[in-house]
Amino acid sequence: MSVAVEGLDVELDGRRVLHGVSLAVPAGSWTAVIGPNGAGKSTLLRAVLGLRPGNGTVRVAGADLRSLKPRQRARLVAYAPQSPSLPPGMTVLDYTLLGRSPYIPHLGRESAADRAIAREVLERLDLTSFAARALDRLSGGERQRVVLARALAQQAPVLLLDEPTTALDIGHQQQVMELIDRLRVDDGLTVLTTIHDLTLAGQYADALVLLSGGRVAAAGTPARVLTRETVAAHFTATVSVVPGRDGRPVLALERP
Amino acid sequence: MNKDRDAARARLRPGPLAAALAVLAAALLAGLLVGAADVPVGGVLKELADRIPFVHLDSGLAPVDRNVLWELRLPRVLAGALVGGLLALAGAGYQGVFRNPLADPYLLGAAAGAGVGATVTIVVLPGGATYAVPLAAFAGAVGGVLLAYLLGSVAGRGASGSATLLLAGVAVASFLSAVQTLVQQLKTQELQRIYAWILGGVASAGWTQLAMVAPYALVSTVVLLLHGRLLDVLAVGDEEAGALGLSAARVRLVVLAAASLATACAVAISGLIGFVGIVVPHVVRRVAGGSYRVVLPLSLLGGAAFLVLADLAARTVVAPGELPLGVVTAFVGGPFFVVVLRAFRREVGT
Repeated sequence: MSVAVEGLDVELDGRRVLHGVSLAVPAGSWTAVIGPNGAGKSTLLRAVLGLRPGNGTVRVAGADLRSLKPRQRARLVAYAPQSPSLPPGMTVLDYTLLGRSPYIPHLGRESAADRAIAREVLERLDLTSFAARALDRLSGGERQRVVLARALAQQAPVLLLDEPTTALDIGHQQQVMELIDRLRVDDGLTVLTTIHDLTLAGQYADALVLLSGGRVAAAGTPARVLTRETVAAHFTATVSVVPGRDGRPVLALERP
Repeated sequence: MNKDRDAARARLRPGPLAAALAVLAAALLAGLLVGAADVPVGGVLKELADRIPFVHLDSGLAPVDRNVLWELRLPRVLAGALVGGLLALAGAGYQGVFRNPLADPYLLGAAAGAGVGATVTIVVLPGGATYAVPLAAFAGAVGGVLLAYLLGSVAGRGASGSATLLLAGVAVASFLSAVQTLVQQLKTQELQRIYAWILGGVASAGWTQLAMVAPYALVSTVVLLLHGRLLDVLAVGDEEAGALGLSAARVRLVVLAAASLATACAVAISGLIGFVGIVVPHVVRRVAGGSYRVVLPLSLLGGAAFLVLADLAARTVVAPGELPLGVVTAFVGGPFFVVVLRAFRREVGT
């Protein structure tokens, strides 16, 4: 399902954080939001989800997300924050089952079908052997996969992921990004992520949105957005950009 | 399927439930059989069995013994079970709402409010009116929490969070404690009655008091038990709960209201009894896991059993005298808590 954001303004504590942000994510594609620290990337994801009040519209497959009831919205859009809170002692299976919340009656309990879906998700993410493991006994890479598992259990067609590769080493970064891409292709998911690492963003996303000072500074294919000039202007960084094997840009830091 | 059972800790399994029920039944029976008056054990058992429908037994108890059983011991034991169960359940509810295992049922001004209510009533109506004190304590507890909630909502305008509410609770509690101390100092001749109330106990509990709080106790218990899964969702934080389609503010409000009502019921019967609301949920967590779907029901049963046994100790250890119940809960509960913490240290990684 496509996501269309139009004229999103968000104020936090009286300070305008997002200024008329518009972006469109075609159904089944991957858009990455990039930008310097404090540009408003995480706020943008939260605002799209409706967790931050603001002006503007967010439409998923044409439906106004803000007019939906929270449970209906949670069936359309799943969200994984940058630093999710993982209750110590909770098992991986129970955590994954939290993703079924939008389908479980308010004061009811999960059904056998909900448990089957959670089990299936764990199997797809190679987490079956971790089902009984407590969340506080997981490594960084496993934790990231478990958070993805909860989001997938929501069976929402749109996935919002805030920095899914934070604090992972390069191998696990690749593993998680490949996993997200595989799920996107297999399930036809629409993915909107924020990503810190510009090269990583350029390697996986179909389109990039560069956010700077709360405004969209550039948008388009990775090759169009990730240029030496744009990076210099918005990140005050000196980089060299060379096309990689598939033509996607690869950035390298240069000492000024 | 065995693997599934191990992995899903968020379900109350028959084993722990049966164990908790058995412990509670044993505690209730012990509470009925043991006491200052020497009522024959066989007679008590027959007398109880006689009340089961279609069973007719002649207990052979003297009228005075029968009176001790039905008018003194039974209401006292039931009051102990009710107070212990409600406090532990309310404590678990508060802990879930505040995502803090150190939250206790008196946190938001329920205790201080009840203290003001009871003290003022004792001072204004010296001597008689014993039934007025529980009513006033109940109203004071509800009023205290309400005040904290209103203050928290006004102060934390726009900010969704429990921290403001917590601070408002602390402010209200210390303010009301000050009021209570002031009233108490103005009328020192009632000091002993006030103190006896504050130390807490179920010695004077009767059927009237039990009947008075029963409907509120029932409602709050049912509401709290129904919110186990939602408190588990709340454990991931307000924002993520919101992303899962849950209004954290609404769940918090309902659970706080129910837990405060439960606390008010307990306070109305027994005065202030500390420790149960924190220790029992903790022990349950250590033994049976941290999911509120397990912690809430097992805290209810465990708290009930714990307080019945504590009251049993209170009235037998220095018989014919009695120890204050609050003293016993802390005295017995403290070391017990340490033992459980040590024994289950490796079970839960907290």
